Amino acid sequence: MDTLLLVTLLLPLVGGVVVATLPGDRQLLAKQLTLGVSLVVLVLTLVMAVGFDTSGERFQFVSSYTWIADFGVRFSLGVDGIAVVLIALIGVLVPVVVAASWNDQPTGERSMKAFFAWLLVLETMMIGVFAATDVFLFYVFFEVMLVPMYFLIGSFGGPRRQYAAVKFFLYSLLGGLIMLASVIGLYVVSNSQLGQGTFAFDMLRQLEITPGTQKLLFLGFFIAFAIKAPLVPFHTWLPDAGAEAPIGGAVLLVGVLDKVGTFGFLRYCLPLFPDASRFFAPLALTLSVVGIFYGALLAMGQSDMKRLLAYTSIAHFGFIGLGIFAFTSQAGTGAVLYMVNHGISTGALFLIVGILINRGGSRLIGDYGGMARITPLLGGAFLIAGLSSLALPGTNSFVSEFLVLIGSFTTQPAFSIIATVGIILAALYILLMYQRTMHGPENPRLRRARDLDKRELAVLGPLVALIIVLGVYPKPVLDIITPAVEATMIDLGATDPAPTVAEEGTR
Amino acid sequence: MIQAPSVSYTGISPILFVFGAALVGVLVEAFVPRAHRWGVQLAVALSGALGALVSVALVAGREELTLARAVAVDGPALFLEGTLALLGVLTILLLAERSPDMGGSAFVAQAAVPAGTALDRQLATQARTQTEVFPLASFALGGMMLFTAANNLLVMFVALEVLSLPLYMLAGLARRRRLLSQEAALKYFLLGAFTSAFFLYGLALLYGYAGTVDLRGIFDQAAGTDKSDALFVIGLAMLIVGLLFKAGVAPFHTWTPDVYQGAPTSVTAFMAACTKVAAFGAILRVLYVGFGNSDWTWRPVLYGVAIITLIVGSVLALTQTDVKRMLAYSSIAHAGFILTGTIANSEAGLSSTMFYLLTYGLTTIGSFAVVTLVRDADGEASHLSQWAGLAKRSPLVAGVFALFLLALAGIPLTSGFTGKFVVFRAALDAGAGPLVVVALLASAVAAFFYVRVIVLMYFSEPAADGPTVAVPGMLTTVSLAIAAAATVLLGVAPGAVLELANQAAQFVG
Repeated sequence: MDTLLLVTLLLPLVGGVVVATLPGDRQLLAKQLTLGVSLVVLVLTLVMAVGFDTSGERFQFVSSYTWIADFGVRFSLGVDGIAVVLIALIGVLVPVVVAASWNDQPTGERSMKAFFAWLLVLETMMIGVFAATDVFLFYVFFEVMLVPMYFLIGSFGGPRRQYAAVKFFLYSLLGGLIMLASVIGLYVVSNSQLGQGTFAFDMLRQLEITPGTQKLLFLGFFIAFAIKAPLVPFHTWLPDAGAEAPIGGAVLLVGVLDKVGTFGFLRYCLPLFPDASRFFAPLALTLSVVGIFYGALLAMGQSDMKRLLAYTSIAHFGFIGLGIFAFTSQAGTGAVLYMVNHGISTGALFLIVGILINRGGSRLIGDYGGMARITPLLGGAFLIAGLSSLALPGTNSFVSEFLVLIGSFTTQPAFSIIATVGIILAALYILLMYQRTMHGPENPRLRRARDLDKRELAVLGPLVALIIVLGVYPKPVLDIITPAVEATMIDLGATDPAPTVAEEGTR
Repeated sequence: MIQAPSVSYTGISPILFVFGAALVGVLVEAFVPRAHRWGVQLAVALSGALGALVSVALVAGREELTLARAVAVDGPALFLEGTLALLGVLTILLLAERSPDMGGSAFVAQAAVPAGTALDRQLATQARTQTEVFPLASFALGGMMLFTAANNLLVMFVALEVLSLPLYMLAGLARRRRLLSQEAALKYFLLGAFTSAFFLYGLALLYGYAGTVDLRGIFDQAAGTDKSDALFVIGLAMLIVGLLFKAGVAPFHTWTPDVYQGAPTSVTAFMAACTKVAAFGAILRVLYVGFGNSDWTWRPVLYGVAIITLIVGSVLALTQTDVKRMLAYSSIAHAGFILTGTIANSEAGLSSTMFYLLTYGLTTIGSFAVVTLVRDADGEASHLSQWAGLAKRSPLVAGVFALFLLALAGIPLTSGFTGKFVVFRAALDAGAGPLVVVALLASAVAAFFYVRVIVLMYFSEPAADGPTVAVPGMLTTVSLAIAAAATVLLGVAPGAVLELANQAAQFVG
């Protein structure tokens, strides 16, 4: 049994407990310890990503321990291609977030030590959600993940943090409880079919579930993941949570936690309930495409930068949803790559907005202007991250968006044509925000704003580099993702439509 | 010559321990000098409850009917007696708390003195402790154990009275806010006496139907087809009303918020945890043993009652501003969850209900123990607004209370989640899918008011003249530590206890 995944999972938790128990005046030691632990976890996740055999088993680094025998629950971990790239994303984002929050001063006399402790606990929960191959264990991590994020938003967030934290917690909890009904339903079905109730994903994949039951169970999972993703109309928690969360928390909320929803679609909804997925695909596609436009239009109208970015996430997740429910391996691969790229580019955007707010003290776009002249490095980073968000060719998001649209055009031409129009809106909301803050007349208050210092360069540098590198050479990541998506499509029973060849004689 | 029935003293030894402690407690009250009374009473009560716990462990596995089939010694009886003994130990520790930080004793020294008189004010300043609470609590505990083990409806009724009467008195013994406490006691007594009468009348009708009060006898008679079902159904209905009142199930729940709020908090912990265990133990035995094959009568009714209870408990708690009242409504909601398991009418339903009762009891005692710690100059600060910003001043206490609230909400990795999981699994297996969905939605609604308290404690600024957290005495600390440890342990590694509940899920008789 491979213990690499278990170590990667538990190390942040142990680190978080140690940081929490440090004496209150050792703030610097707490930060250094957090950074150290997160860098070690980064190395471990990269080892896993590099060591992932793209032509090997579907699930690698597998380990399994008995947990609650009476429930048929095992503490089973394992990653397929989709999970390993998302875990690598977590490994990259958490040290970046730690470095970005290094000098944060919380409101009141709250201790930043608690912030970093909760960050590490959150990291364990996030890795656990992607690494679990036992549905019960997945559910446990899915729910417990809410607690650290809730405390991060509620203790260290903006003025309306209490409202945002409670709304986030209760909305996600409601989704989780609806999913619990499906989880227990799966157990009951497996009990009657396999003679022994189980939660192991590999065994549940082999169940033959009647269509009616399949639809009910699918809906339970679907609602929970639609709330998490979020898909319109279950999205109302994200703008508030994204706006009020501290920047580090917002990066992880949008960069990782939301991916749990779409990951859940790919990992649990599609393989376990293929017929129900096909039945509900039009609904999911409609909600996704509506989300693309709704998120984009509302983003354009925002004057609060953080809220704007939260709405852009809703728009991006519409594309991911489109890619997943188009049921082709190309679109699925594009969707997974989109998840990784969105984490990088929107994460970078949130960090840049965080630096802007640090300089200017306000979240409103109107309070900034001409920053590109005052802080050229910041302006440059903002431009690159913004172009990545609108999927300019040459940036990482272009590859993923292109794959999604091409892949879904073959099976769902109407939806993909409508979605393509959304690209224009993406350009609008990003470039409008960029133009208003970075160009135009300067705000006299900010004439002496400092440009990026070394710490901020270290925070943004890796992300900007990844944007460009993955835009030019996404092959390593795609090689890892593609087999896993193809395996999911096989579970679903979907075959890619054969490409049509132009007839001879066509000019 | 009347033949004396055979008595399996080993089988009923847990009950005998507790009743023995109660009787010795009465004698102690009469003969031991006042100065030593508290220590002796505590020792006697604790040894009774601990002795019961140990004897449950030693007697485990026995299956028999004793005292002329009146008392059962079987898996569920022993499991619930053990649960009651454990919860009894924790609450006796809470009842005995006398630390000066916590206002001396929580009980009025002389309950017969009218509230508001000069003598009453004089008493409030004195340091006399009320030690009659110990034998009263032991009698109540013994009655509860007998209630869950009674195989005969008459013995069950006697046990019901033995467990209720001390509780009526205990509810009225608060040292502070005496009028509220006396109102709670009176309300409990009147409503309780009324529903005991329902129970008795239902018992009489069932006797009229079956010719016997033995549960197995009723079961056998119910199989016959040449009798009028009206007596049977009405008798069962009135019996269930009596039992559901004790369990605090809607629509017989109206006493719960007032009584829980008025009673001294340690007594509330006792009532909330132990009475519910006892009541559901009796409900399980009556319904599964006596009416197991007639579930066409009680299952649909309990289905509807569970839904009403879940909705009432979750929704009405949303508007509460007093912590004790909020916890009271939450216990009503939990009674709804427990009913969800009971409806399953299967071995899984039995074991899951018993497991849930254990986890719920431990978490509830823990939450009320924390409530005793938050005090201001007037005594306990139970208004929610006074709890704002508690985490700043006492992070440990706030953390422990947050743990209990998350467990009550059913967050994974706490005992509340494993309890809910087994109960819902049993219900789904038995085909009560819609009920499980309602229960899950009620959990989501209930999570709101639990989370609201956590928000208040952690994310709000404390009031300038807010309450302080008393330094808990040794007894409360032990009780809290055990409850918190069990809440986490049963959430992370519940395998052993689940196995125990599964093995114990076989009724005798």
